[in-house]
Amino acid sequence: MPEATTNSRTTRAGQHRYVAPLEETPLQSVDAVSKESDGSSLWKDAFRSLIREPLFIISALLILLIAVVVALPALFTSADPTFCTLDNSLADPRAGHPLGFNQQGCDIYARVIYGARASVMVGAFTTIAVVILGGIVGAIAGFYGGWLDALLSRIIDIFFAIPFILAAIVLLQLFRGSISAWHIVAVLAAFGWTQIARITRGAVISTKNSDFVTASTAVGATPLKNLIRHVLPNSIAPVIVTATVSLGIYIVAEATLSYLGLGLPTSIVSWGADIASAQTLLRTNPEALFFPAAALAVTVLSFIMMGDAVRDALDPKARTR
Amino acid sequence: MLRYTSRRVLQMIPVLLGTTLLIYAMVFAMPGDPVAALFGEKPINENVADQIRAEYNLDEPFIIQYLLFVKGLFVGDFGITFTGQPVIDVITRVFPTTIKLASMALVFEMVFGIIIGVIAGIRQGKLFDSTVLMLSLVIIAIPTFVLGFVGQFVFGIELGWFPATARDASFISLLMPALVLAGVSLAYVIRLTRTSIVENLTADHVRTARAKGLSEGRVTTVHVLRNSLIPVVTFLGADLGTLMGGAIVTENIFAVDGVGSALYDAILRSEGTTVVSIVTLLVIVYILANLLVDLLYAVLDPRIRYA
Amino acid sequence: MSGYANQATFEPVAAETAPLLQISDLEVGFKTQNGMVPAVRGANLTVYPGQTVAIVGESGSGKSTLAHSIINLLPANGRVLGGSILFRGEEVTEFSKRRMAAVRGSSIGLVPQDPMSNLNPLWRVGYQIKETLQANNIAKGKAADIRVRELLAEAGLPDADERARQFPHEFSGGMLQRSLIAMGLAARPELLVADEPTSALDVTVQHQILNHLDSLTSELGVAVLLITHDLGLAAERAEHLAVMYKGRIVESGAALEILQDPQHPYTKRLVHSAPSLASRRLESAHERSQIAEREAASREVLAETESRDNVLVAENLTKAFPIRGGFGQKSTDFKAVDDVSFALQRGTTMALVGESGSGKSTVAQMALRLLRPTSGRVLFDGEDIAPLAGRDLLGLRRKVQPIFQNPYGTLDPMYSIYRTIEEPLRTHGIGNGKQRRQKIKDLLEKVAMPASTVNRYPNELSGGQRQRIAIARALALDPEVVVCDEAVSALDVLVQDQILNLLNDLQGEFGLSYLFISHDLAVVRQIADEVLVMRNGKLVEAATTDEVFDNPKQDYTRDLLESIPGGNIPLASTG
Repeated sequence: MPEATTNSRTTRAGQHRYVAPLEETPLQSVDAVSKESDGSSLWKDAFRSLIREPLFIISALLILLIAVVVALPALFTSADPTFCTLDNSLADPRAGHPLGFNQQGCDIYARVIYGARASVMVGAFTTIAVVILGGIVGAIAGFYGGWLDALLSRIIDIFFAIPFILAAIVLLQLFRGSISAWHIVAVLAAFGWTQIARITRGAVISTKNSDFVTASTAVGATPLKNLIRHVLPNSIAPVIVTATVSLGIYIVAEATLSYLGLGLPTSIVSWGADIASAQTLLRTNPEALFFPAAALAVTVLSFIMMGDAVRDALDPKARTR
Repeated sequence: MLRYTSRRVLQMIPVLLGTTLLIYAMVFAMPGDPVAALFGEKPINENVADQIRAEYNLDEPFIIQYLLFVKGLFVGDFGITFTGQPVIDVITRVFPTTIKLASMALVFEMVFGIIIGVIAGIRQGKLFDSTVLMLSLVIIAIPTFVLGFVGQFVFGIELGWFPATARDASFISLLMPALVLAGVSLAYVIRLTRTSIVENLTADHVRTARAKGLSEGRVTTVHVLRNSLIPVVTFLGADLGTLMGGAIVTENIFAVDGVGSALYDAILRSEGTTVVSIVTLLVIVYILANLLVDLLYAVLDPRIRYA
Repeated sequence: MSGYANQATFEPVAAETAPLLQISDLEVGFKTQNGMVPAVRGANLTVYPGQTVAIVGESGSGKSTLAHSIINLLPANGRVLGGSILFRGEEVTEFSKRRMAAVRGSSIGLVPQDPMSNLNPLWRVGYQIKETLQANNIAKGKAADIRVRELLAEAGLPDADERARQFPHEFSGGMLQRSLIAMGLAARPELLVADEPTSALDVTVQHQILNHLDSLTSELGVAVLLITHDLGLAAERAEHLAVMYKGRIVESGAALEILQDPQHPYTKRLVHSAPSLASRRLESAHERSQIAEREAASREVLAETESRDNVLVAENLTKAFPIRGGFGQKSTDFKAVDDVSFALQRGTTMALVGESGSGKSTVAQMALRLLRPTSGRVLFDGEDIAPLAGRDLLGLRRKVQPIFQNPYGTLDPMYSIYRTIEEPLRTHGIGNGKQRRQKIKDLLEKVAMPASTVNRYPNELSGGQRQRIAIARALALDPEVVVCDEAVSALDVLVQDQILNLLNDLQGEFGLSYLFISHDLAVVRQIADEVLVMRNGKLVEAATTDEVFDNPKQDYTRDLLESIPGGNIPLASTG
């Protein structure tokens, strides 16, 4: 080292030349590839953090239980929910009928168990319809942009501006007297798809300008292939989260329509109808209201809790905070 | 700002036309012949019926009827009900009550939602925060009408703290319905405020504010709160429209003589003109509230103002 | 407190002056799901009044954490676990919250990293500086308003009156950084912690701002703790230097001494790789260009009229974007690229250099036919690429491939590495499953990634590794031209050096031609044969690399060259 280049000034205390012993920080080769590989995709990562999350475990177990109740109600009760005699009106619980009877003399427990199917199915099918309709409209608007986006966005605005429950009430008038579960699904979906459409549109817009999409274009992929292979898979996360939460919200909406007398026909056992009919006897027979309402609330809670947990797991920013 | 405002207003017009058209189409398809209903029990006189149809333009094609309806909206002519009462009278009777109810609900949301949300956000991860987060989900999960029954039963009937019904629409009697109406939105406001606070607490500019030597109190109020409340304020504004439209259940339970009850009755009686008029007004309120929110947003956030 | 700050002025500092900041055996850690993760380990550092000390390190080395622990601004999960931080002899780590707030701003100022996110978007810039004055009891009311304008003017912002009334989004990055400097110095602290204060800015702006900061701090006698990833910049600005690696200070001492005689192997590596310091071409690139020159010379002898073998040619390339006018106003055109012509010779590298907004990336997009020119043509092998469609377009896609800047956006997070590299092969229907597998294996080998990588996902790889995968994908179709759009700009210097070498080796092996887009002249010098300098959409200078660096014709090019941090520091190896 030539003398001339060293600093001529006296070195001050604490600023002497210091070189750390090499053992302290052994030098690694530049950008070494770690050998520990588990081939974990984003979803696998998210799942791994989810199974450590108590909220997720609880909601997943509850949803599993609800699914079994929906599929096989007979496993949980041997009573017939539609066997009602006035002899049993407001009767107390007894063996085989743990929650007693309602005013019509139906077994409350059996009705809670069998009522799950109608409520959950309406929620599930509405969600499926909403995801398909809203997803397609949102994806097209976001991906193709331009005048198509302007047009579709205004249509979304129009459907969004009409209060959901009002629209459902007006539309269901068309079928009054002969309302089926499919009518309810159709009506809820007709005015519920806009939220998913907006979310999909936003997610697609933020994904479509990614470098990996451009790289795919530069390789020769067509726009449609890009949309299907790259953009949609990367936009699906917020849609899944919203859909999970909405499933719960649609169950509530169906019950609300039942309360207004526009829900499922009484021939179908459903929580909404049971809650609505129990209203008048709140003072004498609160069980008839409480149990179906609690079953409904727990079901809805499971879905929105699940949605919340999945959102946190998929959004690393929210997770660390 | 002028450009932003004019763009927003221009965007509003197609939405307004689209929604009214959609509502009109839905109601047009509603079952029941309004003219037949006019005769009540009496046999229908076809000549008179045709005369009435012509008078109310019911013999015109759908699209003409719609355009006449829109024209009526502009001059404040909402048609008449089956009982011969002008719809405008119904509207002026019921809207003030519902506006009162919705405003009270909005105040609940604002006061409790923001205070609880801010505390939860600042105490992120603590017991208070987790409890609030969980409770807000529970409130969202319980249907409004169940909340209504229980509130009415426990506080109105058993405890007698509040009147069980609110037909007189007095302040005291509307407290319970307003709280029930606010319920779900309140839960959303809490969660939104909390998330927003948590996000802003870790923002770079907040760290810089601390580095400048500002006290923790000033950092929180000037730099965290103001930024965090922008999305909350916009949510609250848009919610006014939602609350008015959503009052149908609450009004039903507490027998409030408001928009929701009037609408519900009209639907049951297949009174197309009344339904169309009320729903259209509700949608206009909703759209105007959203326009107001967009403008408010621009006032609160300079980045929008100059866009 | 401010009075005290003003006293710490610029009398020649004697060796016995007490240190302003003394960090000893500092340990900082972050609480995570997997327990406490150390971020700073056993750090020792001393700063004297009025002195500039730099901490240099790659991302994740712990340099910012060290800086933030001094004013207790660690993220919520960060903790000082041991050691001490003495500021004017007082133990900072034991300060109460109130005491710490009193020290911040008035005694220790901060200039943060990213100018875009460090001002509150909702308050006027003037108000945010005024706040600093009020909180530290410097000035109030009208007096504070006047002081704010003085401070803004001092930080190099003309029309301070108007600027103080504006909002952050109305400022450019450079102006924001100047305001943040005004803010950091508003209460006349004795120590200014500058955390990568200019890394988000263009080189010329960076140069101006650092010069300004230098003169301000030396005038005021403020000590500066400069945090940077750029060794050249650190050496140019600081007397004393500490190099951090994996949370430890591996070497420290006088800046020039370290640069000219690095001792620790990591420092040696850093000095060797820093592009601003390595003012020479990569060896292999240099050799090849000489051969090419000789060939060209001999060709010229043979037939002077014969043109070079140009693989990609741009002729009068122009791209205009319409800008929507105000309400009722006509839209106007903004020319992002204005009449740019060049010819890329087969097997060579042509660099397109410019600052942000120069239009260089737009040129890249047009060369890739991702964007159509408004006028002018791009010729590939003499054929205009604009009218290509269908099979012909696929043919072009095979021959021209891109590598992008952001390693985190370049790979689809949902795709495994195998699918990522397979995509071009599948799109073009090349080979059967077995052949593709073999090809992918070969490609991974070429970019020095283990074959086991195929089953992994992008989020498991580092930035440099992702960039290597992106290179493998680009090479899957055996292209002739690769357009590198800021391909190494987002990487740490050592990784950057590694990728540049890789690109260079691949060029030699496959005879690739590169269109290399970059804002960094130092990097360009390492790899390019010819350089085009762009500014505001126009070509300002075009020449061979050596000519541009040794004999720049335009003032703008000279500015760019002078702005390369540490470019003029003599290194031991170069004499």
